[in-house]
Amino acid sequence: VRAAYAEEVKAQAAADAEAAAALAAQMEAAGHAPSIEGGYGLGRPALTEEVAAWNTDIRPDGMGLPEGSGDVWTGEEVFVEKCAMCHGDFGEAVGRWPVLAGGQGTLENEDPVKTIGSYWPYLSTVYDYVNRAMPFGDASTLTPDEVYAITAYLLYLNNEVEDDFTLSSDNFTEVRLPNEENFFMDDRMDTEFPVFIRADICMENCKDEVEITMHASVLDVTPEEEGASEEDALNEEAATTTEESTTEVAAQETTEEAPAEEPAVEMAAFDPELAAAGERVFGKCRACHKVGDGARNGTGPQLNGIVGRGIGALEDFRYSDVFQEAHANGETWDEERLGAFLANPRDAMPRTRMSFAGLRDQGDIDAVIDYLKSVDQ
Amino acid sequence: APDPAITELQPWRNQLGDGVDARPYGVPSKYASEAVRRDVPWLTADPISSVNFTPLHELDGIITPNGLCFERHHGGVADVDPAEYRLMINGLVDKEIVFTLEDLMRYPRENHVYFLECAANSGMEWAGAQLNGCQFTHGMIHNVMYTGIPLRLLLEEAGVQAGGKWLLAEGADASAMTRSIPMEKALDDCLVAFKMNGEALRPEQGYPVRLVVPGWEGNMWIKWLRRLEVGDEPWHHREETSKYTDLLANGQARRFTWEMDAKSVITSPSPQAPITHGKGWTVVTGIAWSGRGTIPRVDVTLDGGKNWHQARMSGPSFNKSVHRFYYEFEWDGSPLLLQSRAHDSTGYVQPTKNELRAIRGENSIYHNNGIQTWYVNENGEAENVEIS
Repeated sequence: VRAAYAEEVKAQAAADAEAAAALAAQMEAAGHAPSIEGGYGLGRPALTEEVAAWNTDIRPDGMGLPEGSGDVWTGEEVFVEKCAMCHGDFGEAVGRWPVLAGGQGTLENEDPVKTIGSYWPYLSTVYDYVNRAMPFGDASTLTPDEVYAITAYLLYLNNEVEDDFTLSSDNFTEVRLPNEENFFMDDRMDTEFPVFIRADICMENCKDEVEITMHASVLDVTPEEEGASEEDALNEEAATTTEESTTEVAAQETTEEAPAEEPAVEMAAFDPELAAAGERVFGKCRACHKVGDGARNGTGPQLNGIVGRGIGALEDFRYSDVFQEAHANGETWDEERLGAFLANPRDAMPRTRMSFAGLRDQGDIDAVIDYLKSVDQ
Repeated sequence: APDPAITELQPWRNQLGDGVDARPYGVPSKYASEAVRRDVPWLTADPISSVNFTPLHELDGIITPNGLCFERHHGGVADVDPAEYRLMINGLVDKEIVFTLEDLMRYPRENHVYFLECAANSGMEWAGAQLNGCQFTHGMIHNVMYTGIPLRLLLEEAGVQAGGKWLLAEGADASAMTRSIPMEKALDDCLVAFKMNGEALRPEQGYPVRLVVPGWEGNMWIKWLRRLEVGDEPWHHREETSKYTDLLANGQARRFTWEMDAKSVITSPSPQAPITHGKGWTVVTGIAWSGRGTIPRVDVTLDGGKNWHQARMSGPSFNKSVHRFYYEFEWDGSPLLLQSRAHDSTGYVQPTKNELRAIRGENSIYHNNGIQTWYVNENGEAENVEIS
């Protein structure tokens, strides 16, 4: 019966494949949208200013580069202010953010470090990407001179230029990155297709022995289900426990609930319009700080309830010393304190690890504080 | 004893259910709540520039429901107001043009079912078995029906000049994602799509308009598409140089590895979908796809490749779409080493992971289409393993 079934499956598969191919060809021909000579006449001409606003891309041959220049030291200043919070002062990276410097000579290693100096083929890619996507959370705000300066600093961090170097629209295309020659066009058609296009496929007795050589469970890096399944497990446990242990569980629950009996913090009033404006400004902070349901600590602590929260109060975040001291003194983030910190973090909390330079506009500061109040309500 | 599920009156048989006004946009049954996208927090610095995975083990057929299509963003989900949506074509064209969404809706449309696979799908498995579940090892893929305008029609509208050999597609998100696409592909089968599975694109899939680049790596399918520039050379931007290039063991790197090679995975049984019924008739099922055509055949082995069986393909076979396969057998309760092996319409046969490593090393990150192995023990529990 099994053999007959297998034959039937094979025959059916062949017939199905043939029918499907025929159907596909038929549909393809029938559904084709027609071209019209000269186009459909839709859309309108793009104005020069409009093209200029969006056409900012840069190519290896220098196409698209704007006039401007920037030196290594200016680059360091801008980088420390706007980039170091994720990439580190020297491009070494914070947490899992991208490393930007070093790694030369590691591409054949078990763990290659792919940076601008070790891997990227073209400098134009650095300029283009920084200009279009950085800073993360505040894209398209850098001036051409700032982008030239950051790019010059990144070259310096990768030992490609000396510290007196100035990068400009004039000398840009003279700079070549060391790994350019090690890229080549996809060659799978030549190197892999001859191996993997196979006429004879073994179906029976293809090998004598099979051994398991590696188990994923050894690494144990698969995310566990948090919500539902743990709750299920708890419920199951509760369902099978004796009366005595159920009492224990109930007692624990009461203890856990106890903090709720503390005097409720009065919710601060906020201006919805100002809060909405603050949400936009907060985009600059979002790369490191999360708010809202399920917000987790990132490079910086999560900020739920921050207005009125104790300074350095989260147990699961590793604060710098100045925050730990403030926590030990029982200090809290009132609006005034938060405002001063947002205006000038390094003055307000000396030696803070937060590398954000601060918000210059008092209106932005007020707006961010109202936004932070609004997310808790 | 008689089954109380039959002999007793159930509340849904006895009492009235919700009316038609309860859910203007329907949601899955509360009993199907396990079918959700999941992410792997340790993979990336931040959930904004990150990825989540399609729950392949919960799905059947070939179409991915819109809310379960995996997400990959480089600057979060752009919240584009359709009234302010503009698509610009500039560069080496006779007419530089701006389209509104309304303009685009007046072009002839086509419907096609295509898979979209991230080039990094299975990328965590290059150095060996890591993640337990096809959702995590293979879930950076989805397969939906797109409605869109052939890109060719828009390029014809602008009039591509003789030197126009490349296209730069750019998104409107906070990363302004860009990729260079060769003109032959742009004129062949690319779509400027605004619907998926019949409804508007989901925000996380590029609402209101995305590019569809059939069979090619997902990163090229620019979401929130705002601009198409025609040029004479590729741009070599970040996502085609520092990322999405395949580093080989000798330190050299392949660039422009666009096509997704033939690949398959058994979605059940698998680590998140164990056999729970014990011995007897068991359905093995999975999906297969190729960026170069259709999948006329998939083979399945139960014993780690000693013996193979041709699986049964079921469902429509579309070009550059996911295909569904089944293999039913009577399980005797002994451990299994399950694998599937896809054959595509070019004659390419899915290689083993070791065959790929022999050519590419272990540092590629991208384009890992090697054969996946699940070990199923006597209890029906499955694990991601590698075998000799």
